[in-house]
Amino acid sequence: MSAVLELQGVHTHIGAYHILHGVDLQVPAGQVTMLLGRNGAGKSTTLRTIMGLWATSSGAVRFRGRQIGGPKLEAGRPAGSAQLATPDIAQLGIAYVPEAMGIFTDLTVQDNMVLAARSARRAAELDSARLEWIFGLFPALKKFWLYPAGKLSGGQKQMLAVARAIVEPRELLLIDEPSKGLAPSIIHNLIDALRQLKAQNTTILLVEQNFQMAKALGDGVAVMDNGRIVHAGAMAQLAEDETLQHRLLGLSLGAHQ
Amino acid sequence: MSTQARRAERRAAPKPAVLSGEASAGRSASELTPSGDRAGYSPTEGLQVPKAEFDFKPLLLLGAVLLAAWPLIGSSSTWLTLSVAGLAMGLIIFVIASGLTLIFGLMDVLNFGHGVFIALGAFVATSVMGGMADWTASESLMSNLAAVFAAMLIAMAAAGALGLAFERVIVRPVYGLHLKQILITMGGMIVGEELIKVIWGPLQIPLPLPAALRGSFVIGDASIEKYRVLAVAIGLVVFALLLFALNRTKVGLLIRAGVQDREMVESLGYRIRRLFVVVFAAGSALAGLGGVMWGLYQQSVTPQIGAQVNVLIFIVIIIGGLGSTFGCFVGALLVGLMANYTGFVAPKVALFSNILLMVVVLLWRPQGVYPVANR
Repeated sequence: MSAVLELQGVHTHIGAYHILHGVDLQVPAGQVTMLLGRNGAGKSTTLRTIMGLWATSSGAVRFRGRQIGGPKLEAGRPAGSAQLATPDIAQLGIAYVPEAMGIFTDLTVQDNMVLAARSARRAAELDSARLEWIFGLFPALKKFWLYPAGKLSGGQKQMLAVARAIVEPRELLLIDEPSKGLAPSIIHNLIDALRQLKAQNTTILLVEQNFQMAKALGDGVAVMDNGRIVHAGAMAQLAEDETLQHRLLGLSLGAHQ
Repeated sequence: MSTQARRAERRAAPKPAVLSGEASAGRSASELTPSGDRAGYSPTEGLQVPKAEFDFKPLLLLGAVLLAAWPLIGSSSTWLTLSVAGLAMGLIIFVIASGLTLIFGLMDVLNFGHGVFIALGAFVATSVMGGMADWTASESLMSNLAAVFAAMLIAMAAAGALGLAFERVIVRPVYGLHLKQILITMGGMIVGEELIKVIWGPLQIPLPLPAALRGSFVIGDASIEKYRVLAVAIGLVVFALLLFALNRTKVGLLIRAGVQDREMVESLGYRIRRLFVVVFAAGSALAGLGGVMWGLYQQSVTPQIGAQVNVLIFIVIIIGGLGSTFGCFVGALLVGLMANYTGFVAPKVALFSNILLMVVVLLWRPQGVYPVANR
């Protein structure tokens, strides 16, 4: 069981603020790893750092053994930076669904999907079998295919955001709180979709506040607090151990159960 | 309390803008769902989905300006002459400003040096058309047009090449720093203006229209200058090409997406800086083309032409909504028409008609007539 993605002592600064204080994280191949924690613990920052949207100020991010994030090796030697640019990281096979979804609201659903598929120049070049599969997972996208994405409801936008990430096979999905603001029935669809992806050997790193969803999907779990990983282990173990849940995630957890 | 609630409910009721999937699924499934069992399924085929409703209000405003001017001017033939002049001027401004609005929309770069490309285009045209004197003096429309188009192509190439250098040397070091962008691009324009003086001299240079393009068509009592018709035609062709490129090509989609959310475009694996260089060069080339058109419109060129037009194009892209191509089109036409109408009806008002127009439009829509989302 090798780690597809590995973070080693990652520190991230946003302006004057020190957000990540040495994150160590292993994301094993073909599994769903849940990243849990309170608001402001650094979960979203971790995903953005992996994507290169924030620079890693020290430590290292490795994808399939190759360093994609890290500080400059030597001061004054710009070529010595170990930090890849965001587009290069994406091209290695990492798809990212940000918390704000990043939908292009002026463009149609179709155009959003065409942009997400790097190999397609127009809609006719999208892989039709894969598209059918996506429509099966998220029927609303088929119905509103030619609508401007800005007209979709919040849940439908979330569907589109996930669909964009899977329009072509990617090795690793980074998904930031997909269940936020969704109705329980739609969360169910989402869980189903992510399970099917996992069955196709896609590795997923999922930030989540909804413990039910985490329990339903997660193989492994990492819990963050104050910019550090404070617990890492199997999801099943955390799901059974209520004292551990209590200690790591606090009382707010009860509200979800 | 209950009255309040009822009122709130009533207010919330007519809100069809957001499609709630579950609610509309049952209602419209029969009309929307295509027969799923077709072989070689193409998702767009056979779908009877209504497109986005287009916001017609700014176009209505344009029509209202056209109609309101008619009784004020009094004479139909004068109105027609002024309207064509206004549309010609508006379309020339559009050609110049369209690049600027994309440059701002895509990379958040305030390029106050856009005027230098206009000036360069216009001066290159004086040289090219001067060198083709035989062609421009000929009475044949074809050889006249050949000279004009040659001047336009060479001006676009020169302005585009200068744009590449300008982006690399002047703009790239100041990404994300608005104040520095304004200062350094203005500085770049001053340097460019001085270089133009070194090459072409500090004086006004005449740029006469070729023989066959002089004079007017006379329709009834209205006289319509031939060149203005050509300017309208070229402006409309540029507009159509831009719309096609932005809506039907992947590069165009990337530009529109980048205007909305740069970070997401990069997260999808596209190098937005490379895209921006292309847009910057294309925008500069369009400014060069606009410079040729403007110079021919004025029939003379001065080194200060860039600075003169600069204010106008910033007004246009602010009216249009920063980053919006269609808004830039509407804004440019509004500015062109207003300048010509007020110049005739109330010459003193014409001195500040653009500012007045901008104030009125921004009071109505503070983000411009077609606001760009996510900004």
